Amino acid sequence: MATTVAAPEPLVGKRIRRQEDPRLITGTATYVDDIELPGMHYAVIVRSPHAAAKIRAIRTEAALAHPGVAAVFTGEDTRHLGPVPCAASLPGLRVPQHTVLATDRVYYVGHPVAVVVATDRYLARDAADLVEVDYEPLPAVADPERALEPGAPAVHPEWPDNVAFTYHLENGDVDGAFAEADVVVRERIVSQRLIPTAMETRGVVASWNPGDKSLTLYSSTQIPHLMRTAVAKMIGLPENRLRAVAPEVGGGFGSKLNVYAEEALMGFVSMRIGKPVKWIESRRENYLVTIHGRGHVDYYELAARRDGTILAMKVKIIQDCGAYYQLLTPAIPTLSLLMAPGLYRFRNVRGEIVGAFTNCVPTDAYRGAGRPEATHCIERMVDILAAKLGMDPAEIRFKNFIREDEFPFDTGTGLSYDSGNYALPLRRALEIVGYERLREEQRRARAEGRLMGIGISAYGEVCGMGPSTAMPAGGWESATVRIEPSGRVTVLTGTSPHGQGEETTFAQIVADELGIDLNDITVLHGDTAVVQYGIGTFGSRTTPVGGTAIFLAVRDLKAKIERFGAMLLESSEVAFNRGVCVCKKTGRSVSLAEIAAAAYRALKLPPGEEPGLVATRYWEPPNFTFPFGAHIAVTEVDRDTGVIEIKRYVAVDDCGRQINPLLVAGQIHGGIAQGLGQALWEQAVYNEDGQLITGEMMDYAIPKATMIPYLECEHTETPTPVNPLGVKGVGEAGTIACSPAIVNSVVDALAPLGVSHIDMPLTPEKIWRLIHKGGGQ
Amino acid sequence: MTKSISLTINGKRYSHDVEPRLLLVHYLRDVVGLKGTHIGCETSICGACTVALDGKAVKACSLFAVQCDGREIVTIEGLAADGRLHPLQEAFWNEHALQCGYCTPGMIMAARQLLERTPRPTEAEIRHGLEGNLCRCTGYQHIVNAVKAAAAAIGG
Repeated sequence: MATTVAAPEPLVGKRIRRQEDPRLITGTATYVDDIELPGMHYAVIVRSPHAAAKIRAIRTEAALAHPGVAAVFTGEDTRHLGPVPCAASLPGLRVPQHTVLATDRVYYVGHPVAVVVATDRYLARDAADLVEVDYEPLPAVADPERALEPGAPAVHPEWPDNVAFTYHLENGDVDGAFAEADVVVRERIVSQRLIPTAMETRGVVASWNPGDKSLTLYSSTQIPHLMRTAVAKMIGLPENRLRAVAPEVGGGFGSKLNVYAEEALMGFVSMRIGKPVKWIESRRENYLVTIHGRGHVDYYELAARRDGTILAMKVKIIQDCGAYYQLLTPAIPTLSLLMAPGLYRFRNVRGEIVGAFTNCVPTDAYRGAGRPEATHCIERMVDILAAKLGMDPAEIRFKNFIREDEFPFDTGTGLSYDSGNYALPLRRALEIVGYERLREEQRRARAEGRLMGIGISAYGEVCGMGPSTAMPAGGWESATVRIEPSGRVTVLTGTSPHGQGEETTFAQIVADELGIDLNDITVLHGDTAVVQYGIGTFGSRTTPVGGTAIFLAVRDLKAKIERFGAMLLESSEVAFNRGVCVCKKTGRSVSLAEIAAAAYRALKLPPGEEPGLVATRYWEPPNFTFPFGAHIAVTEVDRDTGVIEIKRYVAVDDCGRQINPLLVAGQIHGGIAQGLGQALWEQAVYNEDGQLITGEMMDYAIPKATMIPYLECEHTETPTPVNPLGVKGVGEAGTIACSPAIVNSVVDALAPLGVSHIDMPLTPEKIWRLIHKGGGQ
Repeated sequence: MTKSISLTINGKRYSHDVEPRLLLVHYLRDVVGLKGTHIGCETSICGACTVALDGKAVKACSLFAVQCDGREIVTIEGLAADGRLHPLQEAFWNEHALQCGYCTPGMIMAARQLLERTPRPTEAEIRHGLEGNLCRCTGYQHIVNAVKAAAAAIGG
């Protein structure tokens, strides 16, 4: 038996390059479209060109006669399939029947009408053009406020007012606070519709095995387990005959946190034709039919004292739902309402949400999901209040922050903020950017007629989703940690990482606990035939919730390892530490590999012990986590062109304890890039008839490398008490924080022209027009 | 109607009969079986399908396979030699220049051309040189770092 083993250095907290990268940088990873199966067929979906129309007839004969075509299915064939599910529930929610294929009516451009299946993708595409659909176009409505006006076209004839739901929240004495206030500020703020644009579009491969009546469904999804449950129900297959696999997934950002018609449809097609079938979404389809994000028109009122103390808030959120609900559509604006007060101490809140049906693709979770809208609004409103009172925007924030000694802090919207020191990141960000000096510089710039602005955003987010009581489909996460007979370790996580890097961060956690090498650990996920049931990757939950389940499973295993160690060392006093079990009396030790071999060989077992070294744990978090931070943007606006130059961008984020700071930086950078996209360039534009004008990457401006400034990032670290890792989550922080910093900065730049608010995106044309008509919007 | 083509991919000769309308990217992926070249937009905007054609970075979604008859192509699978990663691959790994990895093969192929043309690029030159390649995950900062690191490694 070994007596000494060099203790490896702890890995948690280190910048470690990723375990998943070798396959990705060599082009050997397997995304959905890379899967080849014998006899594969290819599906192309025929979609509505109209935002609203009756279907008079569908003629499929010509398509069926086309070479290579195996089948064409329409809504008549799929009537028996269950509806596309919505997991969110609200009192009085009107739920439209969302069928897999349209039957007698279409409700948005891109609505699936038929599916053509052929032996080759080009032939399927040819044949799709031969499907003739006779439409009777109907009036459509694409704007949520217009949809709520009397006389607007009804998206669903059964609900002529287009109201999908209303939701109300009230806390404290709002009317009293408004009556007592010295000042009230009001603004209408739009958070425009965005297109998530994962670089990999969606795709599905379905493979029916008629022998054992089982279906394998590969899908580019963030939630393989939930999708399996839902699709089994939709297509009427026992859940244990359906294997769902999320292979390599090329980004999601919430757009793949869903159950889509195509997932059930491909299962149905494969079962009908008895062959594997592949459907790969084109980019044009992706923009038309994969969920959009945001889509808010918000009306905010803040009441405050003359000294800047905020007393109360009134909020009305109009949520553009689109024509149907996807998995979480109605739940997203409720997250906005929960976070509406931001980091501030007031508890008098009145909030109302009106969901509006429009003839557009549904909105749903997109990076931040409701919290960017809330943060954008409160951070804009605080700036508007500061301007009205002639206060410095930093000062008004410090004045209203929840104080360090007030945690846990129960908000007026029903949340309990876990931990924080909200002044700390803002103070640090001000230091880094050189705030006082910058204000001096701004005074000089203004004197020279230059338009320079400084914008602050202090944000908080509700993450680590979350307690099951607050979630539509379970908020826990699962983990199995299996020490194999060789001592190598396999980790099975119920989460479904798709770029976030948890194959590495999870391995770091396990490596430290067991004192083994990172390369002796394999993290598996995303295959329901391999991994126990889990919830998935979204809502910045994978590490705080999924990582905790792993941590608990390893802790269980360590206890079992010690019991086997005690048996092998014939000692009652042993300690397992850094890969070896040591007898405290004799100093003799056994290695993990030796213990694992003994545990599986099982020639002898500790009293009452089972063979093997496997532990499965489910972590139900007692609360959400609440990361926070402060971002500052310094901008200068070109008077002649309206072009905004970002001169500095400083981010100080607090996501609790960091497992891998290199990966945290990646999440922050990417999040900020998407926030910049919303602030400056991105917008899904529908015309009055419900045609998507920004239907290609040519028309929808996601940021390029030249458009993003160098980001100056730092962190503070306030562990959460919600989980034993102290981890809060970081996937969405950058996106949530960014847009108000930019808009506040540009409004500040244009303030000398009388500008007090600008809606996103801040395109050069919009800014130029503001400058040249002398301000105001 | 098909046309016969012969070309070299990653140093290996291939001959196939292909439809004239077959896109190069579909030829590489579906006929030759090199799945590392990805399709992100089909309209030459995103650059996920970038490969080298006779030494020049091109977007394989916007070329027909028949246009490449008699020519030489290098894809992401052709970069690592003798079991050793290309300096760009190594740098992308070290600098965490990828997350979901979908844009990465095209990004590396574009960066390879950038470094051939500009061995010691400035940050601005790197950002400009990669303008034809979209990444939705990283915010590009780590990609810029990786290209700088690779330039230093190649330059010695």
